[in-house]
Amino acid sequence: MDLRRWPVYRQLTGADRLGRGAAARSAETERLRPRTATADRVVKSVCPYCAVGCAQNVYVENEKVVQIEGDPDSPVSRGRLCPKGAASLQLTTGPAREHRVLYRRPRSTHWEELDLETAMDMVADRVIATRESTWQDEDDGARVRRTLGIASLGGATLDNEENYLIKKLFTALGVVQVENQARLCHSSTVAGLGTSFGRGGATMFLQDLQHSDCIVIQGSNFAEAHPVGFQWVMEAKARGATVIHVDPRFTRTSALADLYVPLRAGSDIAFLGGIINHVLQNDAYFHEYVVNYTNAATILNEDFQDTEDLDGVFSGLDREHRAYTFDTWRYEGVGATAAAASGARDEAYDERTRKIRESGRGESHGAGGPAIGAGVPETDPTLRHPRCVLQVLKRHYARYTPEMVQRVCGVPPELFARVCDALVRNSGPDRTSAFAYAVGWTQHTVGSQYIRTASILQLLLGNVGRPGGGIQALRGHASIQGSSDIPTLFDLLPGYIPMPHAHAHQDLDSFVAADAARKGYWGHMRAYVVSLLKAWWGEAARAENDFCFDHLPRLTGGHSTYETVLAQLAGECKGYFLLGENPAVGSANARLQRLGMAKLDWLVVRDFSLIESATWWKDGPEIETGELRTRDVATEVFFFPAASHTEKAGSFTNTNRWLQWHHQAVEPSGDARSDLWFMYHLGRIIREKLAGSTAGRDRPVLDLTWDYPVEGRLAEPSAEAVLAEINGFGPDGAHLSTSSLLRDDGTTSCGCWIYCGVYKDGVNQAARRRPGGEQSWIAPEWAWAWPENRRVLYNRASAAPDGTPWSDRKALVWWDAAAGQWTGHDVPDFELDMPPSYRPAADATGPMGLSGTDPFILQADGKGWLFAPSGLVDGPLPTHYEPQDSPFDNPLYGQRRNPVRQVFSHPHNRYHPSGSDPGSEVFPYTVTTYRLTEHFTAGGMSRWSPYLSELQPEAFCEVSPELAAERGLEHGGWATVVTARNAIEVRVMVTERVRPLRLNGQVVHQIGLPYHWGPNGYSTGDSANELASVSLDPNVHIQEVKAFSADIRPGRRPRGAALTALVREYRTRAGITASTGMEL
Amino acid sequence: MGLLSGPEPDVAADAGHADPPPRVGFFTDTSVCIGCKACEVACKEWNAVPEDGLDFTGWSYDNTRALGADSWRHVAFVEQRRPDGDGGMRWLMASDVCKHCTHAACLDVCPTGSLFRTEYGTVVVQEDICNGCGYCVPACPYGVIEKREEDGRAWKCTMCYDRLGDGLEPACAKACPTDSIQFGPLEELRTRAATRLAQLHVAGVSDARLYGHEPTDGVGGDGAFFLLLDAPETYGLPPDPVVTTRDLPAMWRYAGMAALTLFGGITAISMFGRRR
Amino acid sequence: MSESVVTREGVRGQRPGREASPAALRSGRRGGERTVVPDAEFASYYGRPILKRAPWAASDIAGYFFLGGLAGASSVLAAGADAAGRRHLATVSKLGALGAIGVSTALLIHDLGVPSRFPHMLRVFKPTSPMNTGSWLLAVYGPSAGFAALTHVTRLFPRLGATSTSLAALTGPAVATYTAVLLADTAVPTWHESHRELPFVFAGSSMCAATGLALALLSPARHGSVRTTALLGGLIELAASRRMRRRLGLLAEPYRRGRAGLLTLAAETLTLLGALTAPTARTRKAGLLCGGSLLLGSALTRFAVLEAGRACADDPKYTVLPQRRRKEAETREESPPEMAPPLGLS
Ligand SMILES: Nc1nc2c(c(=O)[nH]1)N[C@H]1C(S)=C(S)[C@@H](COP(=O)(O)OP(=O)(O)OC[C@H]3O[C@@H](n4cnc5c(=O)[nH]c(N)nc54)[C@H](O)[C@@H]3O)O[C@H]1N2
Ligand SMILES: Nc1nc2c(c(=O)[nH]1)N[C@H]1C(S)=C(S)[C@@H](COP(=O)(O)OP(=O)(O)OC[C@H]3O[C@@H](n4cnc5c(=O)[nH]c(N)nc54)[C@H](O)[C@@H]3O)O[C@H]1N2
Ligand code: SF4
Ligand code: SF4
Ligand code: SF4
Ligand code: SF4
Ligand code: SF4
Ligand SMILES: [Mo]
Repeated sequence: MDLRRWPVYRQLTGADRLGRGAAARSAETERLRPRTATADRVVKSVCPYCAVGCAQNVYVENEKVVQIEGDPDSPVSRGRLCPKGAASLQLTTGPAREHRVLYRRPRSTHWEELDLETAMDMVADRVIATRESTWQDEDDGARVRRTLGIASLGGATLDNEENYLIKKLFTALGVVQVENQARLCHSSTVAGLGTSFGRGGATMFLQDLQHSDCIVIQGSNFAEAHPVGFQWVMEAKARGATVIHVDPRFTRTSALADLYVPLRAGSDIAFLGGIINHVLQNDAYFHEYVVNYTNAATILNEDFQDTEDLDGVFSGLDREHRAYTFDTWRYEGVGATAAAASGARDEAYDERTRKIRESGRGESHGAGGPAIGAGVPETDPTLRHPRCVLQVLKRHYARYTPEMVQRVCGVPPELFARVCDALVRNSGPDRTSAFAYAVGWTQHTVGSQYIRTASILQLLLGNVGRPGGGIQALRGHASIQGSSDIPTLFDLLPGYIPMPHAHAHQDLDSFVAADAARKGYWGHMRAYVVSLLKAWWGEAARAENDFCFDHLPRLTGGHSTYETVLAQLAGECKGYFLLGENPAVGSANARLQRLGMAKLDWLVVRDFSLIESATWWKDGPEIETGELRTRDVATEVFFFPAASHTEKAGSFTNTNRWLQWHHQAVEPSGDARSDLWFMYHLGRIIREKLAGSTAGRDRPVLDLTWDYPVEGRLAEPSAEAVLAEINGFGPDGAHLSTSSLLRDDGTTSCGCWIYCGVYKDGVNQAARRRPGGEQSWIAPEWAWAWPENRRVLYNRASAAPDGTPWSDRKALVWWDAAAGQWTGHDVPDFELDMPPSYRPAADATGPMGLSGTDPFILQADGKGWLFAPSGLVDGPLPTHYEPQDSPFDNPLYGQRRNPVRQVFSHPHNRYHPSGSDPGSEVFPYTVTTYRLTEHFTAGGMSRWSPYLSELQPEAFCEVSPELAAERGLEHGGWATVVTARNAIEVRVMVTERVRPLRLNGQVVHQIGLPYHWGPNGYSTGDSANELASVSLDPNVHIQEVKAFSADIRPGRRPRGAALTALVREYRTRAGITASTGMEL
Repeated sequence: MGLLSGPEPDVAADAGHADPPPRVGFFTDTSVCIGCKACEVACKEWNAVPEDGLDFTGWSYDNTRALGADSWRHVAFVEQRRPDGDGGMRWLMASDVCKHCTHAACLDVCPTGSLFRTEYGTVVVQEDICNGCGYCVPACPYGVIEKREEDGRAWKCTMCYDRLGDGLEPACAKACPTDSIQFGPLEELRTRAATRLAQLHVAGVSDARLYGHEPTDGVGGDGAFFLLLDAPETYGLPPDPVVTTRDLPAMWRYAGMAALTLFGGITAISMFGRRR
Repeated sequence: MSESVVTREGVRGQRPGREASPAALRSGRRGGERTVVPDAEFASYYGRPILKRAPWAASDIAGYFFLGGLAGASSVLAAGADAAGRRHLATVSKLGALGAIGVSTALLIHDLGVPSRFPHMLRVFKPTSPMNTGSWLLAVYGPSAGFAALTHVTRLFPRLGATSTSLAALTGPAVATYTAVLLADTAVPTWHESHRELPFVFAGSSMCAATGLALALLSPARHGSVRTTALLGGLIELAASRRMRRRLGLLAEPYRRGRAGLLTLAAETLTLLGALTAPTARTRKAGLLCGGSLLLGSALTRFAVLEAGRACADDPKYTVLPQRRRKEAETREESPPEMAPPLGLS
């Protein structure tokens, strides 16, 4: 032995006499190197969890991912990650991932292994057979060319390219029930923002929050659900901004705010309406902005009657059909909307238009406001005309006084005044305020109107389109924005083009007719549609055949995921693809979801692990209660292991509307494949099997452009090739650089017009990664944002009508008279060379139909809409309504709830008595459901991760000490929460962070329930969605999971049949029948 | 100054490192912590630290409970009524970690030299040396280091010694979304902390205080120090820890006296009772 | 108004987010003044201990301490016996020392998380680590005790025998008392603050053990002065314990409560009994009983100390209260006292 290797020797001979440092170093210490340094390569990627879209560096050694950490170059995340992003290594390389294809035969009790090829073949056969047996050429006398026998769900976790192939293939197959998380998540955002401003995306980007002077976070738990994005709130805070959090619970966001305002869940319209009233009564609005940039001056049709006049409903309510007709909501001087004017006014037609409304048109305003009909609206720039929008608004909100706010929301007037004051003080030419919200607002039966209320307020305060101002809609999944833009949604085609409707849209001309004569960019709709058809059907799409417009299946009503479940229960929908979604946990009334799946012929689940939606037939809650018996469940189940984000290339669209490319780091192992691979090869196999078919229904499939180059051992289709198709090609075959080059003559193709430019010059712009530190805060050279790489939407509004910035401290985009164009920090969201002085000719259409002072270029009138004359089916102005299941009456009006909300009375979906109705006292508390930083949505990406599970190991409820005392709940013990649908057990967290509210002389107790748990995985528990009902916003079919009534009792829930008996007993006690809660 | 206690400006050089880089450390500013626990997870991912049990504690949102062999960062959660009596709440969150003490008792008492002082002035366990004697465990005045049942060795934060060698910041600090954990040369961090404290006091956060920043304190100052908003013990930290080895000379003195007593006592009596 | 400004030229007034001062954190107390009067109640983090208890198995480590003490004191007794010409006493003490140190070391190794790495104890020479010092000590003492016993039994190499007996006798007392330093050199207040007395407790207790062994195994005729030594040992231990607990104040509480309290009571009773009966233990049976209780008392003493340390580490008040008082005293006096005042804590 070498004596010199003995530390004592080194001690005696060196400087470290005490043996506490250099001398004590060991052999391993000498060899120590970080694995980031020994990695073979670093691959640029993006966090697969939430829509902040933090950039990741993926380190690969010996073709294995050895480390994933933040990429400091990213302008939005600056190298930071929240616990979920930090757990990505465990997510992608952990033992929880399945790598084999599994198959469950009908009535079998167990999984079998199946080889991938056979499984693909079997699925293709099932699709072909089910499609054939359920094919409809016509429905109700109209051509529909579709199947309602197959549905798919999922997309928000997937790449844009994957969503594109899903929508393309399924549409060609005639499958219309294509849905994803966007329905459950932010569909109301698209309707709310789209009708207000013209586009359904957040008006600002996260980093811009640093320039806000006041940030109101309401309906969002920013710090917990978007932790890395929250750094920009902290930046604003450090610079002196006021941060306000309005939430039923004191959360980790409240802990960092300047002002916390507790309010009753489901009461935000009253709260925001109160602020609007404050602003209007005190003349605190930004006059010049409001007069020039909003429709405040527009005069309304004489026939319009407000909720003031009709005790809570608007004119045009058709009580029998639970629907509004919109004729009276028009601007003065404008004809009724083209669609409404064209039809015969017979019963049948009314019935059909009602169905058209059901088909979710609200969302089609994601990239363009609704049509307003022909003609020039009359205006009164003095804002004095009694029927001008501003005066109507004033009257509408006059009863939303601070006292009323207290009665409805439980917010004391002093506290409310502080919020009003902070907002007003921090808005105007010199200052800007921002609102940040997420699903605390969207998930209500009046969700779209929540967002409208904030939009109105921000328009009045002049905060939209300006630095640090606007509305930050904090999106959910990594690519939920992308899966709305390239929609795996039943009602949309890429770029928010509506899906054609059987009755209204028999051909291309009638389809675009409503929009063709329009002003603003939506006037180009025909070019967008034709280019899309060219992208899908290539050579086959010719002018003679309407560019294959007829290949598109038609809608006849609502086919949202919730309606699909009812179709499954009714036996109409027989085949189901779950492409990265877990409805058995994540969707409202989870039991209904499972019972629906139990009626299917076949089910395909693609996921990382065996989520609840894949295994309900053998270990779901209904097996325990005896409602289902495995041996009786005839559903065939296929499980395909999915490739993770590190194992495939593609783009995610984050909440900034950035398309960010993630590169493939390693190949997936075992049978794991990307969803791109799955869709591409499924399509290929189906096309091979149908080759030579002469059936008319197979033409769209066989004509489809489906020739993507494949690469590598696994024959992975090239995601870049798909992105190039989405971007589009010009007549010369060159990659298009902007959507303004799109033509309606078939010479251009483009898979999604709002993404046109992402592959400009043949370069993947989404993969751009110029470090944030080397750019301005706008960071134009990081990734690519739609539209046209503009980062702040409507940024023309950052300048006064004359084109100069409103203030020296809020300059973003301005008119450079010398250069004759708009210039500034951001890409101007405006016709580049249209001077502020431009005024359109009376007959001008398209972009040139708007004036040089119209910042909302996708609106038909170029204005921000305080009043929405069209586009929403439940009213032109937001009005407070109680939730579907509420212990309270509406203190504002006789009309208790949204009269046109979508409700479905079904034996498994019963509602509660509300307000003062008898039986209401059986469910006396208000439940709200939400997220925790440590978990992700339905848990598929967190409950299987030991590192995340240990941080929040069990399902729990949060209750106030007062409620705990009232019901004998013990901290750390168990409680059972009961509704008419189901009962769940959770651990009890008694905390002062939840406090009882006083309103209207009543004390309101709220119960907080994180919704992440389910019976499978590493950390398990009951799902909050067992309790929720399916009750939807009529515009976009989003479920109300943010506020519903319930009871809570100490102890664990009964097992087996006793559970069903308990719920039945509650229903009986409350006197619940099929008609309960179905009142208008 | 002292090698056992008191200020020691150059710990690395005193430990025999020639030309050491500046001493590095953490300044954890709990006033901007959002309690996200990214630090906990990032640490585990980087260091492959095992999962630490799935217990629902009911301690607010803290299900980690304490630092230990399998948790090298621990975020504490304290729910309080605001002391100003307006009925408002405070929710304190603080990410705790090994203090990398100037006078590290764990290191001092480690019999094998497994624990050692690195050239960065940090305190690190060498996995290939530790024999699991467990002595470091009760020696640490903060209750940080712990023996892992499964492999018998002692584990704690290494301040990502391997990463430092490659110029990378520690995994936890890198992940922290709000920069609550700041990593850097200790001197610089101390200056920054003083500025920050003053800033908070001006902003009316009068409870803000620094913890572990004083080179004159019982452990000669912490390599990882904190800005707290309440008394240290509220967060589970000792209010005024002292390195135990400060008293080691005295201990040996008393032990020597006792040994002499034993030797003298027995010998004297033996001699007295010698067979005559 | 916020300081952030977006001018035509670009952004001004940037400050990093970590400089944010959310008002929710404000305490509402005006100015920077600190409350002087400490809160009557002591705050803890959900009652969680601040310190980690030593991960030592009591049977291993208390056994190791006890047997080390037995060995160390026996070696001194043996040297005395040699000098006094008491061969039987020497035989018992030398063999006893060898056996005890052997088992003691085995227990120590057994308690290691990675026993095969026991040799790492001698990887460094570390004066700051009592366990390391102890290991080197054992490295000298162990062989000495071994040679002393072997040469004694075999009667070979008398010179070596004499030298090793002396060496063992010289290092033996250190072996018996260093373990007190080992415990005191921890953050556990009950141990640390007893660093003055604990070595005496261990010294006395070791004397009891060594004499106990001799009293139990030798016929009364051969006890010689051992009975007196036993009495002395017992008195030293008991007196030191008393003084220790008095000085510990609040920190002595663990010695009075729970398991540690029972162990202490048992240990002291046995020691007292053994020590007081030693001078009169003139029958074989009395010798056995007296020696037995001395041995058991000595062993229980180590268990009691170990257990008291655990109880102390498990309750945060023992960590927090003394520190808070010390800190308050310091802030009052400006110049901190050189050493913590462990007195008057109760
Ligand atoms: N850690 C984590 N991050 C996530 C996710 C996750 O699961 N975990 N999911 C991602 C997804 S898919 C989404 S959509 C986003 C969602 O992000 P958020 O919307 O922020 O998430 P939630 O927790 O569902 O709801 C936010 C807050 O709304 C409050 N709230 C409930 N009802 C009401 C109400 O009526 N009015 C008001 N004002 N507030 C109410 C709740 O108390 C909660 O604090 O987060 C994304 N990020
Ligand atoms: N009560 C209540 N219910 C809610 C909400 C609420 O706030 N309260 N929020 C709603 C919201 S906003 C949302 S977005 C939904 C979310 O609900 P879900 O979308 O059902 O929940 P996730 O767990 O995110 O499911 C996504 C699945 O996709 C898998 N996955 C991830 N990446 C891939 C991939 O690349 N390929 C494939 N094939 N699979 C992948 C994941 O493992 C995971 O199982 O929940 C909704 N439900
Ligand atoms: S989950 Fe969201 S905030 Fe967290 S690291 Fe991923 S993208 Fe960033
Ligand atoms: S905190 Fe404890 S473990 Fe960390 S260096 Fe100091 S004594 Fe050692
Ligand atoms: S357990 Fe390991 S690190 Fe701790 S003192 Fe013993 S050898 Fe050193
Ligand atoms: S410095 Fe490294 S080892 Fe220490 S807590 Fe942070 S990540 Fe873990
Ligand atoms: S990562 Fe930062 S903000 Fe999150 S808990 Fe840790 S210290 Fe706090
Ligand atoms: Mo979502």
